[in-house]
Amino acid sequence: MGKISNEDLLAKISAKFADKVTSVSEPFGLLTFETDREQIIEVLDFLKNDAALQFVYLTDLTGIHYPGQAKPIGVIYHLHSLVNNVRVRIKVFLADDDVHIPTATGLWHGANWMERETYDFFGVIFDRHPDLRRILNVDDMTAFPMRKEFPLEDPNRVDKKDYFFGR
Amino acid sequence: MRNHPVYIDNDPQTEPTTLNLGPTHPATHGVFQNVLQLDGERIISGVSTIGYIHRAFEKIAEHRPYYQITPLTDRMNYCSSPINNMGWHMTVEKLLGIELPKRVDYLRVIIMELARITDHIICNGILGVDTGAFSGFLYLMEYREAVYEIYEEICGSRLTTNIGRIGGFERNFNTIAFAKLRKFLKEFPPVLKEFESLFNRNRIFIDRTRDVAAVTVENALNYSWSGPILRAAGVDYDVRVMSPYSSYEDFDFEVPVGTNGDVYNRFLVRNEEMWQSMRIIEQALEKIEKEPSDIFHADVPDFYLPPKEDVYNNMEALIYHFKIVMGEIPAPKTEVYHSVEGANGELGFYLVSDGGRSPYRLHFRRPSFINYQMYAPMSRGMLLSDAILNMSSLNVIAGELDA
Repeated sequence: MGKISNEDLLAKISAKFADKVTSVSEPFGLLTFETDREQIIEVLDFLKNDAALQFVYLTDLTGIHYPGQAKPIGVIYHLHSLVNNVRVRIKVFLADDDVHIPTATGLWHGANWMERETYDFFGVIFDRHPDLRRILNVDDMTAFPMRKEFPLEDPNRVDKKDYFFGR
Repeated sequence: MRNHPVYIDNDPQTEPTTLNLGPTHPATHGVFQNVLQLDGERIISGVSTIGYIHRAFEKIAEHRPYYQITPLTDRMNYCSSPINNMGWHMTVEKLLGIELPKRVDYLRVIIMELARITDHIICNGILGVDTGAFSGFLYLMEYREAVYEIYEEICGSRLTTNIGRIGGFERNFNTIAFAKLRKFLKEFPPVLKEFESLFNRNRIFIDRTRDVAAVTVENALNYSWSGPILRAAGVDYDVRVMSPYSSYEDFDFEVPVGTNGDVYNRFLVRNEEMWQSMRIIEQALEKIEKEPSDIFHADVPDFYLPPKEDVYNNMEALIYHFKIVMGEIPAPKTEVYHSVEGANGELGFYLVSDGGRSPYRLHFRRPSFINYQMYAPMSRGMLLSDAILNMSSLNVIAGELDA
C-alpha cells in the first residue's frame, strides 16, 4: 500500500514501546494494536512527530463497548500518514469504573469534537480536555446511549418483540 | 423599577451584542446554530451548537441487517447520497471479500461522479446566492434536475436514492439512462463554462471571497479537514488517488489544489472538480463499451438479492431471498475501515462485525462533522457577512453533521 510496510512500522513502534504494544493484528492490511492509556499520548506523539513516520492526520477517533470484558470500553484511533500513505489503528481499553484517558487535543485540535462525541455516546472521560460537554445529545441526558445496555427503543413495548419476526 | 431608556442597556458601542445565528436562519442553509458575540459587525467569539437533527444512525445500525443500513446512509449527506450508499456497499463487500466485475465498478464510478457534480452544483450555486448573484444558481440547478432524472432511471428515486445492492446494482442501466447521461455530458459543459465566466473573474465576487477565511495547511491538517476545502488549502489528499476504490486507478484525472484555502480557492477547486468528474464519466463510458453489457452485479447469490420474479417462481431464489432479508448468512468476525472521497471529504465507515446479522459497531467518519469544528474558532475577527460565506463554502450538510 504505502512506502512503509506494516512490518517496518510495527518494528519501529515495538522498538520504542516494547511490551506496551499488544494484540497486534492486520485486518484487511490495516495494522492494528492495543496499548495502555498511560502510553497512549506518547505513542500518538511518537507516530505524529517521528521524521520517518509522520502520522500527522487523525482520521477518526471513536469508542466501542464490549460488556463482559474486564476492560469493556474501548477508544479507537485511526491515524493516516499522508506522506507514506499508511494507516494505523490503535485501541485502548478502559475499565468500567475508571473510564479515564488523557486527551489528544494537545496533538490535534481536531480531536476536540471527536472526543466530545465519544464522551457523549460512551461516557469516556478525556482528562484535561478543554471543553468536555455532550455534543449531539441533549445536555441533561444522563445515559451514554451507545453502550450496549442502552435499548434502541422503549423496552416496555410489546408489539415489536423479536419472536414476532422469527428471530 | 427604574425606567431605563432602552439604548443604554443595548448600546453596541459599549458592550458586545449577542446574536443567535440559527438554528433556523435562512442564511445558514440548514440546521446550524452559532451563538456569536459581535462588536458591531465583527465577530468576537462564537460557540457552535450541533445535534438538532441527530437521529442515532449508529445505534440503529447495530440493530439492522446490512441491507437496511443503506437507507440510513442516504440521509447523511443527502446532496450526494449515491456516494454514501456505494461507500457503505463497498465496506460490506470488503468485509465479505466480494470481487466486483469491472463493468460494475465503472457504472458505480459514473454514478458517484454524477453525485459529486450535483453536490458541487449546490455548494457553488448557493455560494453565488450568498454573495448576491442569484442567476448562476438557477442556471446550474437545471442540471441537478437532469442528474436526478438519470438516478430515477436507474433506481427509481431522486434524493435519498438507496441506489445499488451489495455486489452491484439492482438492475442494469437502460438505454434511456445512457441517453440522458450523454445528453447531460453534452449540455452541461457550456453551462458550467457560462457559470465560471459569470464568477471567476467577477470583481465583486472576488472582492467578497478572496482572502476570506483563509486557512493554512498546518491548521487544516490539525483539524483533520478533508475534501475540497483541504485541497483548496494546498494539500493534494484525495482518497480516490491515495487509496483507490471501485477501480479509480484505471482513470486519468487531475486533483485540483488551491493555494491559501480561502473561499475563492474553494470555489475554484469545486468548479475544477466538476470538470474532472465529467472527464472521468466520459472515460467510464468508453470503458464500459469494452465490457459485456449484461453484467451489472457480481455473482454472489449469498448476498445479492435475487430478482423479484425469481423469488416468486423459483424455490432456490426464494430461499436466498429469505436468508438475505433475515440476515441468516454469517459474516466474518473482523473489523474493517473503508473510506470513499465524498463530495465534501473523506467519508469513512468503521465496521466491527461479530459474525451476526448486523454490525457489532458501525461508526461513520463524517466529513461535515469534522470539517465544521473549525468554523467557530476561525470566525473570530471575521465580519458576519464573511462568516456566512465561509459556512456556505465549507459545504457542511446538517444531516451528515448530526448523523
